[in-house]
Parts: sequence; C-alpha cells; structure tokens
Amino acid sequence: MKLANFKSLLWGLPVIVILSMLMYGCPSQQQLGANADAAQKVYVAPGEYDEFYGFMSGGYSGQLSVYGIPSGRHLYTIPVFSQEATNAYGYSEESKPMLNTTHGFVPWGDSHHPELSQTDGVPDGRWIFINENNTPRVARINLSTFTTDEIIEIPNSAGNHASSFVTPNTEYVSAATRFSIPMDDENLNNEDVPISEYSEHFKGTLSFIKVGDDGKMGIDFQILVPGFDYDLSHAGKGPSDGWSFFTSYNSEQAHTLLEVNASKNDKDFIAAVNWRKAAEYAAAGEGRMVEGEHYRNYVDHDTHTAKSELIEEVRVLDPRELEGLIYFLPTPKSPHGVDVDPSGQYIVAGGKLSTVIPVHSFEKMIQAIENEEFEGEIDGIPVLNYDAILHGEVENPGLGPLHTEFDDRGNAYTTAFISSEIVKWDLETTQVLDRIQTYYSPGHLMIPGGDSQKPWGKYLVALNKITKDRYLPTGPELFHSAQLIDISGEKMKLLLDFPTEGEPHYAQAIPADLVRPNQTQFYKLEENNHPDAVKGEDETRVERDGNEVHIYMSTIRTHFAPDNIEGVKVGDKVYFHITNLEQDWDIPHGFAVKGMNNSELLIMPGETRTIVWEPKKVGVIPFYCTDFCSALHQEMQGYIRVSPEGSDVEIAYGTGQ
Amino acid sequence: MKTKHRITMAIAALLLIALYFLPIWSISLEAPQYPEGIGLNIHIHTIEGKQPQDLQNINGLNHYIGMKKIEPDSIAELKYMPPIIAFLIVTGLVVAIWGNKKWVMTWLILFMLLAVAGLVDFYLWEYDYGHNLNPNAAIKVPGMTYQPPLIGSKALLNFNAVSLPHTGFFFALASMVLAGLVWWRERVEGKDEKNS
Repeated sequence: MKLANFKSLLWGLPVIVILSMLMYGCPSQQQLGANADAAQKVYVAPGEYDEFYGFMSGGYSGQLSVYGIPSGRHLYTIPVFSQEATNAYGYSEESKPMLNTTHGFVPWGDSHHPELSQTDGVPDGRWIFINENNTPRVARINLSTFTTDEIIEIPNSAGNHASSFVTPNTEYVSAATRFSIPMDDENLNNEDVPISEYSEHFKGTLSFIKVGDDGKMGIDFQILVPGFDYDLSHAGKGPSDGWSFFTSYNSEQAHTLLEVNASKNDKDFIAAVNWRKAAEYAAAGEGRMVEGEHYRNYVDHDTHTAKSELIEEVRVLDPRELEGLIYFLPTPKSPHGVDVDPSGQYIVAGGKLSTVIPVHSFEKMIQAIENEEFEGEIDGIPVLNYDAILHGEVENPGLGPLHTEFDDRGNAYTTAFISSEIVKWDLETTQVLDRIQTYYSPGHLMIPGGDSQKPWGKYLVALNKITKDRYLPTGPELFHSAQLIDISGEKMKLLLDFPTEGEPHYAQAIPADLVRPNQTQFYKLEENNHPDAVKGEDETRVERDGNEVHIYMSTIRTHFAPDNIEGVKVGDKVYFHITNLEQDWDIPHGFAVKGMNNSELLIMPGETRTIVWEPKKVGVIPFYCTDFCSALHQEMQGYIRVSPEGSDVEIAYGTGQ
Repeated sequence: MKTKHRITMAIAALLLIALYFLPIWSISLEAPQYPEGIGLNIHIHTIEGKQPQDLQNINGLNHYIGMKKIEPDSIAELKYMPPIIAFLIVTGLVVAIWGNKKWVMTWLILFMLLAVAGLVDFYLWEYDYGHNLNPNAAIKVPGMTYQPPLIGSKALLNFNAVSLPHTGFFFALASMVLAGLVWWRERVEGKDEKNS
C-alpha cells in the first residue's frame, strides 16, 4: 500500500521536472531573440547606414541622444538643457545665452519628450523639439546641424512635463504644467500661501507655442485650468485635427503623500482642448495679457551666436469666460500617457492604476458635446459622460499600462510597466493579439512615426527603466536599456537591446533619407559674420583694453596663429576669440589652457568661439588642440606668458619667425 | 572656299568661346579619408576647387610636404591664356571670311603649336610645384617628389592623383578637327573639280 503510494508519487516527478524546466525556461526567453535571424536583421555592415535616425531623450542628462536603428549604434549626443564641456555648450560666450532663464543661468535641466516637426501629419525632418521639466523650457533642434537652435521658457508653469507635442503641421508645440501652483487672480504670480490651501489657490496652465515657418517660437496663449497635475499630451490628427489631449492626475487636489491621496478617485480626466478655437480667440484679442516674464534664446545664424530676448507678457484664456475651449473626458485611473491613433479617431489612455485600457472615440466625443451629455462641470469645464464617449476598453492589458504607439495596420502597442511587457491589441475590436516580455519595466515605447499619421511600422523600441542583469555591470548606476522589437509579423520578436545615455523618457525616429541629405558639413567662412572672427592669419592679433585682453586667434591644421603671446598679467580677463579656418568636413579644432576655470572649446570648421580665462599665477602657460586633427596634431600648441600684476611687459605675439 | 566650309571654319573658331566657361583640365585626388573626393579644375583664366573649399584644403594638405600654395592670381599663364584664345577666335573668323585653304592650315598649325606649348608649359608648372619643395617641410620622404601626372594617374603618398582633360579641352579638340576637316574637304573637292 505504501509502496503503491510512493510509486504514484514517482509519476509526479517528471511533471515537476518539466515544470521546473519551463520555469527556468521563462527567463531565457530573453535569449530567444539572440539567434542568427535577429542578428541579421540588426546588422548594418561597415560603411552602410542605418535605416532610421532614432532620437532618445537623455532624461536627467538634459541632452538628446541620437542612435542608428536597427543597429542601436550611438551616433551623437546633442547638448540641449545641460552644459556640455566637450564642446563648450553653455560655457562659451556664444552659447551661454542659450541657458538664460528668469531664474538666471540654469546649467542643468531634465529632458523628456522629443518630437519631430511634422507636415501634413508626417515627420518632415526639419527640427526636433524637446521639453525640460524642472525649469519649464522647450527647445528646438535643427536637424541640418544637430544643434540646439532655440530654447523658450514657459511662464506660469511649475514643471513642464506634458510637452513637446506638435500639431500636424507644426502650427503649435503644446506644453502643460506638471505641478500646479498658487497663482494670484490678477497676474498669475506664484503666491505666498499655506500649502494646505491647495484647493483654493492652486491652478495649472496649458501653453501653446506658435512655431513660425523659420522655426521661431513664441507663446501664443495659455489656458488656465484647475489645479491638477498635467502629465502628457498628444495632438489630434485627421478628423480630430484642431484638438489636443492632455492627461491629468490628482483630480483629488491632494498636496501631500500623493501616492495615496491622489489615487483615490476612480476616474481622473483627459482634458480635450480645442486649440483651433483657442487660437481664434487669441487672434481676436480675447482673454487678457498678464505679466509673464520669460526668455526666448536663439542662435543668430549670421554671427553663430546665441541671443536672449526677454518677453514680458503672455496671453491667458480662461475657460470660465470663453466657451468651448476644453472638455474633460473621465478616464480611469490616474491616466499617464494619452495617444491618438494614426486615423485620428481614437484617443487611448494609459491608466497607470487601471486594470483596463480605455479607448475614447473622437466622433462620440463630438456627439456628446453637441448633445450636452455632461456629468458635471469643474471650474467652468464640462465633464463628458464616460459611457457616451467610450469606444471600448482593452481587457487584461497587463499591469500598469502607460503608453501606446501604433503601426500602419490598425494595431496598438501598449507598455505595461508593472508586468514588464508590451501588449499588442486591435484598435477596432480592442482585443489583445500578442504580448512580449521586456527587461524590465518599460515606460514609453516608440515606433518610427508611431504617434503620427504615417507609422513606418517595422520596429518598436521599448524604453525600459530597469537594466539590471542585461549588460556587464557598471557599479550602482546602469544606463537604461532600449529593446528593439520586430513588429513586422503577427508575433512580436525581440531583436536587440542596447544601453542608452541617461534615462530616455520618450523617443522618435525618422527614415534617414529625410534627414541625411540636408546635413551641414562645415560653416562657410565667408558667411561667418561673428564680430570677433578672423578670416585669415593676417587678421590675427592681440589687443589690450584696460584689464581685458582680446586674443583674435585662428586654427588650421596644424598650428595656432599666434602661438606665442606675451604681455598678459595676473588679474587680466583674457578673451580667446578663436576662428577655425578649415573648410573641410569633420575637422573641428579644440582649445584648452592649463588650469582654466572653464571648459575647453571645440570649434567647428568656419566657426568662431570665445572663452574667457582669468590667469591667477605667473608663468608661461601652454595651450593646445584637444581634437586629434592631423598627423601633426600633437605639435598644435602654443604658449602664453603671464607676468605679475602691474608689470610692464608689453603685448607681443606671433607665429613662426 | 565653299560657303559651307566657311561656315564650318567659323564654327571651329566660335567653339573656342566655350573655353572661357568650361575647365580644360582637371586633377582629382583620391584618398581614404576623402571618400567624397577632392580636386581642381583648371580653366584658361583660373584654377578652382571642384568644390569651392577644395583649393584651400589642397593647399592645407600640401603644406605638410612643403609644396607651394596654389594661388591662381600669381600664375602668369592664366593671364596670357584668355588673350591667346581670343586671338585664335578672331583669326579663325578672319580665315573663314577670307576663305583661303592655305590659311586654314596655317591657323590650324598655329593652334596646334600653341596647344603643345600649353601642355609643355603645364608640365613644367607641375614639375615646379612637385619638385620645388620647402626644405623645412614637416614630412620629407627621401627621393619623393609630388609632380602630378600630365595625363593619367599616379600615387603620391596616401593620395592617388588623376589628371585628365576636361570638357573645355574637348571643345578645343573639336575646333581643331573641324578646321582640319575644312582644309581636307576643300582639298578633295578642289581636286574633284579640277579632274571633272
């Protein structure tokens, strides 16, 4: 009897073995992609180019990183909101104005959501915009030079998370305040009030930045909204063109321990903004101008120099006074991402605490507005009936759905943060079709063109927040991982993963053919109208002006002119104005001085850059080129003699005999 | 001379106008770090980079090995060439009007002599640039000179220099062929008329 029992137990053993093999087998699903087929799909042979440029925000690095897709090769990092000592962005006199704000010079910011400019709802490769959260700013980057051309500060905002999202013809870039703050009725100035009086005083703003044909940005209007936290946004397209959608959380208006107190309501809201109507109101002079000092910093291409312009006022529209500006779409539960599908009919929300993905129908939303199917009103903003606007709910979408992008075949792909997976579902039927594990905790995801009217729909990149065990470890800090997934077939397939710089929040990608032909290879010397430029070695010189010494220097392979300078004294303020005379691609010259309390310079061919040095010690100080430029790069050096304060050494300089 | 031959002769002379607009010779330099190529186009009145910045870059590269700067303004030949071509055009037209077979040949021989003289001069100029090196040059390779080939290609350190006639040259060649044709047809048709 006992033996028989034991025997029947033995029968169970193979089951346990198989089960344990399966369980061990699960993690190795990450190996499934590592086969020859996947390798072939991401292999870009030496000398060949990637199919797409991928732009990934640098997160807390404040920059924008450029990757090749599908290879995952890191191509470049564009400095945007943070100083970059490598090329003196934010250190040189020409670039310092880019980081001016009403808080003074702000040398760091966290970059979040890049978005490519669009024409007719399709990325066009002219510019890419990116927002900063901490000191609310939006930047425009020129894709012919991969440099930041303009940065505008957002007034009356306390954290700029819901940007930078563009309308289908780049008419506007939208932005919204993440943190509401107390604002006085008169001028929206931040007030000195008890934080406990949140619900009485705190307000938010949604901002619309007008973009000119030349890219010039200006805040056209802001819309005053209830004191919630505004999170993400996307513009409508096709039938919903003219509308923008912003998610909000904390409709509870909590001000402490938000993880509990802002997670109570069953539904928060998506704010549907009729921006076309708002633009008409603004053009007609509706609303009012309020104090709203903010900086617009831009590169003057004539002089290659950034300039700052202080704008003092901003137009504010109040939905309590102007009808039809905003409607609230109730959305479960603390929605994070809001994504509009390529047809422009569906508005998908990622309810991060929700167990379903709600999909709103734009058509039903318009009907509900016409039929006045309102559940209520908040601060003059009608709240639409949830059931009246709902297209459907995606059941069992994974835990913590955050963001959705789309392919060109009617499918949606949503990241599930908590269950670490990407879920593919059908937009019409809202049925889940496929799911794939990610490693680990994906935030945003990106499909080339996947938030536009033309998804290229071949690849998907998951931007994961946790990287442990994916690569050779690098101590406590690990760069976040991006995972490239093939979405061309029925089933999603993991092809490649690669570490990224900083913590990429969102990303965009565009076919390389739309960007590559427009590349600037060098700046034409004859078009360099920098006031301190030298056009040839015969123009180089050193001039003293009181305690300022201006050195007008040139660089060319493989020497500086002048390379011997005397007559500088301790206590002087020395300006090195250096022009790179090269007219050849990929020949920048560097410049560094021993002990300088600043960065190096990296000067592009045909460009002039200025850096300030205040010598504190007597002696002969070397300077040299830092960018290996030619066979005689090591010889590219010079000396500057520093004499004691008050000495009578005259200014002298020269190169050669 | 027959009218059609006078017209052809006039065309032969007028073809030379193209030399004021088109380069007559080109030197291309190929090197691994210049996958897009770099080079010079030689006109009768100037020397230009194939891209506007090429001349500066070639001068920059040449200074390592001690070659002189190519400065079109200081090259005497580029001043003489335009009037010489103008002289050929005018005399060619005069020959066409005058209509003398012998003078067609005289003009052609003069043209060819000038062309040969031009090529010889070009060779000497290349010789001077390639051999007359700055003794203080950074890179000195024993026995190495840097004269580009008159026609064809030649390896010069990391560069392969390719020297070939450019479009202007072929206009000049066409002009010679037409003049030669005029002289020959006149001769043949003249004999035919005598024989008949």
